[in-house]
Amino acid sequence: MALKITKNNFEQEVIQSDVPVLLDFWAPWCGPCRMVGPIVDELSTELEGKAKVGKINVDEEQELAASFKVMSIPTLAVIKDGKIMSIEVGARGKEDLKQMLGV
Amino acid sequence: MRDVIVIGKGPAGITAAVYMKRAGLDVMVVGKGYGALEKSEKIENYYGFENPISGTELIEKGINQAKNLGIEVLADEVIGISQNDGFAVKATTETYKSKALLLATGKTRTTVNIKGFEKLKGKGISFCAVCDGFFYRDKKLAVIGNGEYAAEELSELLRHTKDITLFTNGLPLKTRNIPSNITIVYEPVSEILGEDSVTGIISDGKQYDIDGIFVAIGTASAIDFAIKMGVILDGTDIKVDNNYMTNIEGLYAAGDAIGGFLQISKAVSDGAHASKSIIKNLKHNESKELIKEE
Repeated sequence: MALKITKNNFEQEVIQSDVPVLLDFWAPWCGPCRMVGPIVDELSTELEGKAKVGKINVDEEQELAASFKVMSIPTLAVIKDGKIMSIEVGARGKEDLKQMLGV
Repeated sequence: MRDVIVIGKGPAGITAAVYMKRAGLDVMVVGKGYGALEKSEKIENYYGFENPISGTELIEKGINQAKNLGIEVLADEVIGISQNDGFAVKATTETYKSKALLLATGKTRTTVNIKGFEKLKGKGISFCAVCDGFFYRDKKLAVIGNGEYAAEELSELLRHTKDITLFTNGLPLKTRNIPSNITIVYEPVSEILGEDSVTGIISDGKQYDIDGIFVAIGTASAIDFAIKMGVILDGTDIKVDNNYMTNIEGLYAAGDAIGGFLQISKAVSDGAHASKSIIKNLKHNESKELIKEE
């Protein structure tokens, strides 16, 4: 399962992560996000040790969503060494996400 | 609930419908307009026609072929699709439900040639009101569009803000479903302003302060529906597996919508293959249900 990222664990789990982090910005009411959810969950298991996968609920974490300038969901972002490497808007498949993560 | 709804009445959609009807499925086809074929005056490379045939004539023959087999072919515009215990297809007149859905609307997504458009896509320019309206509570919004699809997106956005302007971008308004208090700008949009996010629109030399833009030009295409459903895309093509199924169970796509060689022969082939998978899948589920009942 992907990690639940909040503003409280963001610094530790995302910024200070040793491995690249994929963030899935989603909301329970967002239809397309429901399709992405299972894909990122699978990836989190598949890439254990190589990458981290986190989910950010934009309803609950409006500050985090705003700091990434998220204005459309699903949005998928990759953070490496504390820096945003890429941000993609819209549903993506596993292969695309792996490519974004560089794994 | 029907077995299958096919959206699009071109070669892929009609071919699939014909196979599915002959296999005993309850199938309905719904679509507006004739898509890319409408512009083909002479088709000379499709099997079996000794004299050139026009795209319109070929499409009409296909529709009649389907109707003669007892298939319901509805000339209506689909303005929304949702999934919840099957699929719900919202047309302008009614909502129809089905177990499986085939997207065969071709590749008619209107390209938007407005300065600033590409740069600000996803940064205040959205293609999905139901996904992104939330981000614009009480903000100033623009809808670019001129038909029923734009009216549908606009009505969804009205749940979040009252400050919405409709820009028809130089096209005539083709819907009566825009509330009377909505300002409509008929002149073409010349520029979308903003660096990191949308800040405004310029139309006919006049600047409008805008926080977000929702694009709903003309009729919704397969890609528009795909974005709203979470279907995985490859650029502007819908990604399907070997069974012509998307990443969503029961949702299939065929024809130009899935890309490749944009030809009638390929669309017909796609339609036939997709129908085979749908028939197999639905019959398999049916037998599972029968076993459960026993």
